[in-house]
Amino acid sequence: MNGVLSWLTDPANWQGADGVPTLLLQHSLLTVAALVIAAVLGLPVAVWMGHRRRGGTLVVNLANVGRAVPVIALLSLLALGFVGSADFGPFGRAGLATLITLALFALPPIVTGAYVGMAGVDPEVVEAARGMGMSEVRLVRTVELPLAMPLIVSGLRLALVQVWATATVAAIVAGPGLGRIITHGYDADSPSEVIAGSLIVAVIALLLEVSMVLLQRAVDPLPAASR
Amino acid sequence: MVIAWAAPATVDNCLTRNEWICGAYWSSRADDLVNALLQHLGIVVASVLLGLVVAFPLALLARRYRRVEGWVVGATTAVYTIPSLALFSLLVPLTGLGVETVVLGLGLYSLTILVRGMLDGLRGVPREVRESAAGMGYGAARMLFRVELPLAVPTIMGALRVATVSTVALTTVGAILDEGGLGDLLVEGQLSDFKAQVLATSLLCVLLAIVLDLVLVVAQRSMTPWTRRRRA
Repeated sequence: MNGVLSWLTDPANWQGADGVPTLLLQHSLLTVAALVIAAVLGLPVAVWMGHRRRGGTLVVNLANVGRAVPVIALLSLLALGFVGSADFGPFGRAGLATLITLALFALPPIVTGAYVGMAGVDPEVVEAARGMGMSEVRLVRTVELPLAMPLIVSGLRLALVQVWATATVAAIVAGPGLGRIITHGYDADSPSEVIAGSLIVAVIALLLEVSMVLLQRAVDPLPAASR
Repeated sequence: MVIAWAAPATVDNCLTRNEWICGAYWSSRADDLVNALLQHLGIVVASVLLGLVVAFPLALLARRYRRVEGWVVGATTAVYTIPSLALFSLLVPLTGLGVETVVLGLGLYSLTILVRGMLDGLRGVPREVRESAAGMGYGAARMLFRVELPLAVPTIMGALRVATVSTVALTTVGAILDEGGLGDLLVEGQLSDFKAQVLATSLLCVLLAIVLDLVLVVAQRSMTPWTRRRRA
């Protein structure tokens, strides 16, 4: 534990291209970019499918495929294949391959959350809204979306946790980000570095999870207390 | 890492051309692939069994005591949040650099899914069924094993399938400790730019997940014949 503490307090580990701040920024950029890409691609489709209550099998299959494909496999195939492993802007080595991998792994939870949320809105509420003469667009915007919001955010939460973890694992084969501290620690036979890197990654993951749970509660139009 | 696959430059085949699809790779490395596949399977089975054995008493306790439920669900969710590479590494000081660390880490992940599945399954048993069994003189243990668990099988098996398929994929991360089954060959292939090996091991991973999933589907059908009859 002393070694871990001295690694964490050594200023040398907090500067330069392999320092914690640089890697943390890289890791966060990757996570946010992947999440935004997946949300922009996945949310509209999933919301529409949930509104029409169609395509449930497709959503389940997407989730199954997402679970069965190892992160390392997809990233390796992309990095050795047509995407390549060149540096990609601020995302670092194999940046594009990593970004694509992360976005693909973020899709299933986002799509599932939005689909289940929309398809799960009480049919009587929907009928009542239609009976009041609401247009489909207005129905989605003012009735279904707010009611589905907790599950949509829950999907985003799962995606965020998944992407953060996937970005870490990426370091094993080619990827950038905080995982490099851990893999470097193994290569350099330095347990302190391995543990320090793991702690940084794990603590931030827990903080992300907690803040998303709080966000999920904040967007619930029917909080538990008023039910 | 030593690149052992390079054949003499005079030989021209799919290995020296570093092609994705290469029959010569599959035949010349069949032993390595089978060994890695078996190790992979062993890690998955051990991890999921560990998860099952620990999840069962936890689910029973959580069902009985509300406060335990909060703790169990909270703790397993927290573990699930930690990236696998970090979790394995944090376990190394406890269990060393061997395969035990990978099995323990994967077991912890499957625990999260399995405890929830068991809780949902047991909670889904209709109240009337439980009351009739109690009226027929079933005690707590007999009720659990003869009435509640059989009715919870579809939900529990659903969770077991999710846990198994994710564990097959996650096992590859064990490559960081050289205990990742097919993941070891996969990472070796990636780092030495060996396309045939990367594709072969990736395919075998996905195939293993599909086969294990099918095995569990068949097992569930044979365990719950009544669900089939209802459908017919």
